Amino acid sequence: MKPTRLEWRDLIVESIAGLASRPARTVLTVLGTVLGISALVATVGIAQTAGNQIVGAFSELEATSVTVSNSGGFWGGGPQQAFPQDVEDRIGRLNGVVAVGAMGPVNVNGALASAVKLDDPLARNEFQIDVIAATPGILDAVKGELTMGRWFDAGHDARADNVVVLGPGAAEALNIFRVDQQPVIFLDEDPYVVMGILGNVKRQPSLLNAIIMPDGTARRDYGYESADTVQIDVSLGASALIAEQAPIALHPADPKVFTVRKPPSADSLRNRVEGDVNALFLILGGVSLLVGAIGIANVTLVSVLERVGEIGLRRAVGARRRHIAAQFLVESTTMGAAGGILGATVGILIIVILAASREWTPVLAPWIPLGAPMLGAITGLVAGLYPSLRAAALEPVEALRSGT
Amino acid sequence: MSESATSPVLALRGIGRTYHSGEVEVAALADVDLTIEANEYVSVVGPSGSGKSTLLNVLGLLDRPTAGSYHFEGVEVADLDEVQRTAVRGRRIGFVFQSFHLLSHRTVMENVSLSMLYTGVPQGEREERALAALDAVELSHRASFTPTRLSGGERQRVAIARAIVAEPALLLADEPTGNLDSHTSDAILALFDRLRALGLTIVMITHDLNVAHRADRSVRIHDGRLADVVRT
Repeated sequence: MKPTRLEWRDLIVESIAGLASRPARTVLTVLGTVLGISALVATVGIAQTAGNQIVGAFSELEATSVTVSNSGGFWGGGPQQAFPQDVEDRIGRLNGVVAVGAMGPVNVNGALASAVKLDDPLARNEFQIDVIAATPGILDAVKGELTMGRWFDAGHDARADNVVVLGPGAAEALNIFRVDQQPVIFLDEDPYVVMGILGNVKRQPSLLNAIIMPDGTARRDYGYESADTVQIDVSLGASALIAEQAPIALHPADPKVFTVRKPPSADSLRNRVEGDVNALFLILGGVSLLVGAIGIANVTLVSVLERVGEIGLRRAVGARRRHIAAQFLVESTTMGAAGGILGATVGILIIVILAASREWTPVLAPWIPLGAPMLGAITGLVAGLYPSLRAAALEPVEALRSGT
Repeated sequence: MSESATSPVLALRGIGRTYHSGEVEVAALADVDLTIEANEYVSVVGPSGSGKSTLLNVLGLLDRPTAGSYHFEGVEVADLDEVQRTAVRGRRIGFVFQSFHLLSHRTVMENVSLSMLYTGVPQGEREERALAALDAVELSHRASFTPTRLSGGERQRVAIARAIVAEPALLLADEPTGNLDSHTSDAILALFDRLRALGLTIVMITHDLNVAHRADRSVRIHDGRLADVVRT
């Protein structure tokens, strides 16, 4: 005799009818999965939305700055490998470089800076001010602006002219507010003409409080050997390439001697933000989902115990063990899938409401709303395994005797 | 599976069913010989604990005998594997239980159709056949009701419709009037008479001699053994 069978359609109809026969319980059970899935979807969505927002706010300034350093680092105590003197030529040739300049502190042997050589016992007029040597290109590389005067050029550098540009902090300390009369400052006894006063810089803020002199002048007067920092302004998107090429251009024999700082890529920044948020809340979502799964398992098991008579009846009219197991599995999977669909909907709503309240753009990977019902269904399937097997293991005689 | 009209629907030879309760062995059935011909209406009567329910479970392939042979429609079914036993049970045997065993949240129509769910009856035929079965028990007008809205007698008639809808070779009824008042019981027994007249083979378990005497033949069971056979 041909074995009895259960059509897919009948299986689904019977399972849904089984769930519909206890609507309140089914809804409450599904609620557990809804909480878990919505927590997961909202978590991932909020992380993606926030990540996108942060990357959006991530300034172009950061993204276009590459610095190469030759200092020995924290433990190094000074330059290890001098930069070549033609830094600007070597780096400026690279495709993607907008501006480049080198700078480094000048050891002036404790020389004090003053604007007027005057011995005044009542008022201090000599100051310890940092002196920085810089190549002409540094102004553009740090996106600096002058409030007055002008920046030294390659000629000043090559001739080692006695000229300086003052950072606004240094200018204020030296009480110099105009340069049209070509004021002079002194480093000990050495005079330097003030060509200009910086207004602001967007990079290398140490320039703001320093006396800045041409690289050539510092070499001649103070035995300055090398810059310690090369500041490069690059085109948007070229930072990774320049960060790789610049050390090679500066020292082809051993490019790794230099330390390169480049901005994090947008992707890695986004991933980092998402990772931080995800790690925290995915655990929460996972726990919620586990609670939902336990809820489904519990209710399905209770349902099996309550429907022992029905199981016995179905076995009597031709249901095989696998048909019984399949029915309870489909019931638990349906509850999980329903929880997944509702949970994804609630999660997306949370993301949209949150984004709208912050005037952010809601962002969610498309696989999440599609995958959430699947995850819910899998949760239901796994949760229903044990109760289904117990239902299938019931002997028809026992089931008919126990149930009414 | 089809047999000629003269061959028995079932034949038990030396059937035993022993249960183990710890060290104790209990013989619920012992050396039972019983043959039931097609279109016969047989009642099994006995007191509580006499083994009549065990006999019904063995007859309905809900339980396996521990000894003897059981031929159903000419086929030895005692040793069939579970899938085959389920197929025989689903397709060839109908059950009527004392407590009806109806699904309370499903309609009368759905309850009756349940017997066709696993036996491969095409979807399109089910409603028609269920209605015919409900007609036979005079309940087609209650097809859309749920059992909770029916009286005890009506519920038992739904259960009978469910038992006959798959056109079984054997109808097994376990105390079908046990939960009913005498008037309703009479109506149910009259329904069995009509089904018998239509050619169905019926085995009814009861502890009530008056009910048992409605059958063609009564088999008395006591302590798991068939004590005597009485023509009624």
